[in-house]
Amino acid sequence: MWKWLIKLASPQRFYEFSGKLIPWFNWSFLILCVAGLYYGLIVAPMDYQQGDSYRIMFVHVPAAWMSMFIYIVMAIAGGVGLIWRTKLSEIIAASSAPIGASFAFLALVTGSLWGKPMWGTWWIWDGRLTSELILFFLYIGVIALNNAIEDPRNAARASAVLALVGVVNIPIIHYSVEWWNTLHQGTTVMKMSGPSIHIDMLIPLLLMAVAFKLYYAAVLMMSARTELLERERNSSWVQEVISTARS
Amino acid sequence: MHEALHAFWVLLKRDMTLAYRHRGELANPLLFFVIVVSLFPLGVGPDSKTLQVIGPGIIWVAALLAAMLSLDSLFRSDYDDGALEQLSLSPYPLSLMVLAKVFAHWLVTGLPLILIAPILGVVMFLPAESTWTLIFTLALGTPVLSLVGSIGVALTVGLQRGGVLLSLLVLPLYIPVLIFAANAVNNAAIGMDVSGQLFFLGALLVLALTLTPLATASALRISLN
Repeated sequence: MWKWLIKLASPQRFYEFSGKLIPWFNWSFLILCVAGLYYGLIVAPMDYQQGDSYRIMFVHVPAAWMSMFIYIVMAIAGGVGLIWRTKLSEIIAASSAPIGASFAFLALVTGSLWGKPMWGTWWIWDGRLTSELILFFLYIGVIALNNAIEDPRNAARASAVLALVGVVNIPIIHYSVEWWNTLHQGTTVMKMSGPSIHIDMLIPLLLMAVAFKLYYAAVLMMSARTELLERERNSSWVQEVISTARS
Repeated sequence: MHEALHAFWVLLKRDMTLAYRHRGELANPLLFFVIVVSLFPLGVGPDSKTLQVIGPGIIWVAALLAAMLSLDSLFRSDYDDGALEQLSLSPYPLSLMVLAKVFAHWLVTGLPLILIAPILGVVMFLPAESTWTLIFTLALGTPVLSLVGSIGVALTVGLQRGGVLLSLLVLPLYIPVLIFAANAVNNAAIGMDVSGQLFFLGALLVLALTLTPLATASALRISLN
């Protein structure tokens, strides 16, 4: 098992193997996403309080979940890279950061689009919104640090330390922000637990969540492959890949 | 263990001496702190009620920015002249040496903020009851700022232009301290109990004391690479 995993983690094997997997991820993402959107936008019943505008949650909630999930993946990959100095995990951490930041951004934008008809304002300093915003800032920090350091390996190790510090901090930030908000004002926020009870709303939500995970896997692999080619451009296997692609 | 403690004291003394020799620079973060706070009445108007409401937040945000701006001097000169590299080669744990440097840095940049804050509290019309809370929160909070900030400096010390990047890395991590501290001062002003917030700040300080030197040390090793 271990040997098999270590073999897989070698850049060349990963390149071949991920090239075969990407179409599978892409197609299953597409199917699940279409199914989830159809179920969510057409089949799922209208909410008695929020009308049709609640349907944005089928994008909003999975995007918010992904933004947290990817940060943890990034920190774990970064930690593995720090300990075992494996190139692949460094690349996975570096490639994950922009994707996670995009999901955090998507969650913020969809949340604000939802907030306009619901709360009558684009933005509210609600605990959850604010901690999502801070998560977005943390991603930006990791990306900026990654870009600022010239040597890719040093950059990967430095941003791994930052990501790990962020992981320790995220729960502290999250709870302090929630605590800050509840002291200032009562919860005027409509909780997501309301609509998610109904099974017809839960199914599309879960479909979309799985679809987003598959999308992440596909995009991560694509960007990791590009990064890999760039970093290993002087090695013989990359030369081989390029020459076969040309011919 | 005894030797390591001795090294800690020697390094602390060295950094304090260095700071004393450059005492002209010591006032800079302090002046920044005072100027930023005094800009706000000019911006929002001299109404004492408004200032009283926003005062604790402003004093704390200004303290946060002052602490962040002073961070650059923490490792900069030692990195440039190679002293940091020698420190990392010494037989003593680098995290302990980092702790000594951060402590010395806090003594010259953080402690003065605490001493001047009561005056700023008067300027912002904070009630007298909240002055002690302001001092306590700064005493518990500014070491956390220095410790957490040291990770950011350690990560960016090798870069030519790390200044703006540093703020990007460090400011989000400062948010819990800001929330608890400003809230404590606000509550003290209206006569509410603040022990909960102070306990939280104390917990953050203990957590930062135990964990950040390790992170800073490993970040320094990466920067020295």
